[in-house]
Amino acid sequence: MPGAATVRTRLGVIALLVAGNVLGAELTDPYFGEAVYYAQQGYYFEALERLDVELAQHRGLDEPERDALYSHIGQAQFSVGDFELRYRMHHRAGRAIRAVLEGDVDEEVRNDAAFRLARIHFQKDQPEDALHALNRINGRVPENISDDVEFLRANVYMSLGRPSDAVDVLQRLQGSKSLQGFSEYNLGIALLQDGRQREALEQLDRAGQVKAEDQGTLAIRDKANLMLGALLFETADFSDSQRSLDRVRLEGPFSNKALLRAGWADVSAENYQRAIVPWTILVEREATDIAVQEAMLALPYAYSKLNIYGRAALLYGQAVEAFSEELDKVDASISSIREGRFLEALVREEIRQDKDWVIRLRSLPQTPETYYLMALMASHDFQTALQNYLDLEDLRKKLVSWQSGFDAFEDLIRLRRQYYEPLLPEIDSHFRRLDAQMRLRLEQRQNLEKRLQGMLTAPRPDFLATADERILGTRIEGLEARLQASGQAMDTGVQLRLARLRGVLVWNLETDYHARLTETFKHLGELNVVVDILQTQYDAFVRSRQAAMHSYVGYEIPIQRLRARVTEGLERLNLLMASQGHMLETVAINELKSRQQQLETYQNEARYAFADSYDRASKAQAQAKPEVQAGDGAAGEEQG
Amino acid sequence: MKGLDEQVQEIKSDVLSIATELNTLEERLLFPSNTQVAVFISVAEGEEFRLDAVQIKIDGAPVAHHIYSFKELEALQQGGVQRVYSGNIRTGEHELDVSMYGKLASGKDVSETASFRFTKNIEPKLVGVTLAHPNSSSAGIQLGEW
Repeated sequence: MPGAATVRTRLGVIALLVAGNVLGAELTDPYFGEAVYYAQQGYYFEALERLDVELAQHRGLDEPERDALYSHIGQAQFSVGDFELRYRMHHRAGRAIRAVLEGDVDEEVRNDAAFRLARIHFQKDQPEDALHALNRINGRVPENISDDVEFLRANVYMSLGRPSDAVDVLQRLQGSKSLQGFSEYNLGIALLQDGRQREALEQLDRAGQVKAEDQGTLAIRDKANLMLGALLFETADFSDSQRSLDRVRLEGPFSNKALLRAGWADVSAENYQRAIVPWTILVEREATDIAVQEAMLALPYAYSKLNIYGRAALLYGQAVEAFSEELDKVDASISSIREGRFLEALVREEIRQDKDWVIRLRSLPQTPETYYLMALMASHDFQTALQNYLDLEDLRKKLVSWQSGFDAFEDLIRLRRQYYEPLLPEIDSHFRRLDAQMRLRLEQRQNLEKRLQGMLTAPRPDFLATADERILGTRIEGLEARLQASGQAMDTGVQLRLARLRGVLVWNLETDYHARLTETFKHLGELNVVVDILQTQYDAFVRSRQAAMHSYVGYEIPIQRLRARVTEGLERLNLLMASQGHMLETVAINELKSRQQQLETYQNEARYAFADSYDRASKAQAQAKPEVQAGDGAAGEEQG
Repeated sequence: MKGLDEQVQEIKSDVLSIATELNTLEERLLFPSNTQVAVFISVAEGEEFRLDAVQIKIDGAPVAHHIYSFKELEALQQGGVQRVYSGNIRTGEHELDVSMYGKLASGKDVSETASFRFTKNIEPKLVGVTLAHPNSSSAGIQLGEW
């Protein structure tokens, strides 16, 4: 029995670290917050989907430090590993967590990552690697996991056959609030494996008396009492065994086993009357339970030991009937499973809304295939396979829904194409005309600016002449040219008048130069405002034009590729689901066959015992008759 | 059994990769960045009031209405952020109306509506709405941007 004792791993009790971190820091990336939102609800696929997109975009950036995810990148990478772990993707989780370990992250985050990596190795039956990962923990450890780290270390030592080291670690954990019950129980098991029988019994006795309110601790306390009861029973200490078994709650996962064993402890102490009490309770319980079925034989056995053969015969008779009914159920279950109904029942949506759905499965009408599921669920391999099957079913639904979505995408693209394609040529041609005009004007503005800048160092008053002044200057030049061309001697009067006019013109240009230059710069500034508005409109148009194009061009290949991937994924998934389902069915049928054999054995035993008890009861009755006739009124054993 | 488990992990990984690609494609197709707007809901730190429902209107038109389950509320209280709406709007000024309905620890019903203005530019617009119960130290509904 001690060899068969297993330690409790208590996995899945650690709160999401990421949530604490998000609360503690200013959230800069809402999509990271969205991933946390899904993860906190247990939707790890959706959380990973969101976070994978964010991380892929972040990694593709030239300047990742400007991305919103930058300040959360350590947490995000850690969370990916965490979510993958929770989504039972150990391979990817291991890789992600190793990346965090090797990255430049905070000591606490690195230690947390090492702990999670150790947990993955431990779950995968790789205790050496788990210990190696635990040994990488150095320095500050997040407070919320520090006890869990040591608890895992103790479990790893146990797996490595080093119970003495486990004892040292677990002794330090006694009194840990978060591990209450678990550390006490595991210490008892470690002491047992270390060959320290007396200390182990004392420790399990302590573990069996921890004060508890939550269901997990209550269950482990029951387990400690059951284990202690079994150990004491084996050493023939029946009264102490009985006391320990009595501490197991009447309603709990270990109560049936405890009631059965309590009865046997009484029988071993030859206290048959007392054995009747727990077994009478037990036989009224769910008839598919293995302990209940054993009690159906044990209870009449106790009565027969008390020489109450009539009662024993009656109970054996009931047991024969009950086993017969159970055999029918098992037959129906096997047939139903072979017809594929077991898998159908497992994926029933209304059942999976409840966290105790596996237990509720049994209460479903017309689902005989699920009657014996509880026993199967005790197997870790079956649970893993079942969870995988359910995950595959969820993935299948997603792929089917995506597959139908592609048609909608293509419709959308077709409609957009129909709308934009006739419009765009006319818009483009109009735009080209406007674009040419705009380019010309912008070039003119640029030349003006260049000139004005040049005039700051090399003044050119003539550049700032008004239109009237230019006309005037041209007219003066024209008059001068005409005079020269006529070949007549220059009339001094006319010459002087022309010179005076030019002088006035130059005077005005020179004296107003600075004012005019300032005014021109002011006008240029005003022009810049208009040009900026124009440029914004231009950019907006170009973007809208591009967006119109991008709304229907360039999707064909990605959609084709995705459609092929979804189809191929669905085919693979269906095959895998069939294999996984077949395996579940095989495991279930094998389990049911083994129960069938056991029920047949019980039924045979009950039949023989019934016949024997009936004979003895008849004899006893026959012997009792003369006494009745003698008038003493003794009712005989039937009163029992 | 382990062989199958590994295959299940592989297919999970493949489907996730398809989901990532599909997500990107969907966003590009349905919510181009020049018109994209997304409204995110979060609950102020330490808030314990029971949020029952939220309604969002953009420019007077109701665009989202969500009734919260216990699990969703717990996820919000633990730092999660819910994208309550993704859609498309023109660039420029817009009006956002947020209404929230809930219950205080005392059992008293609370409801509040607040209006905000926001500007949509050419890049995607991410609007954050933080909710708290109106009597607490912070304002009931606050608008933030990402």
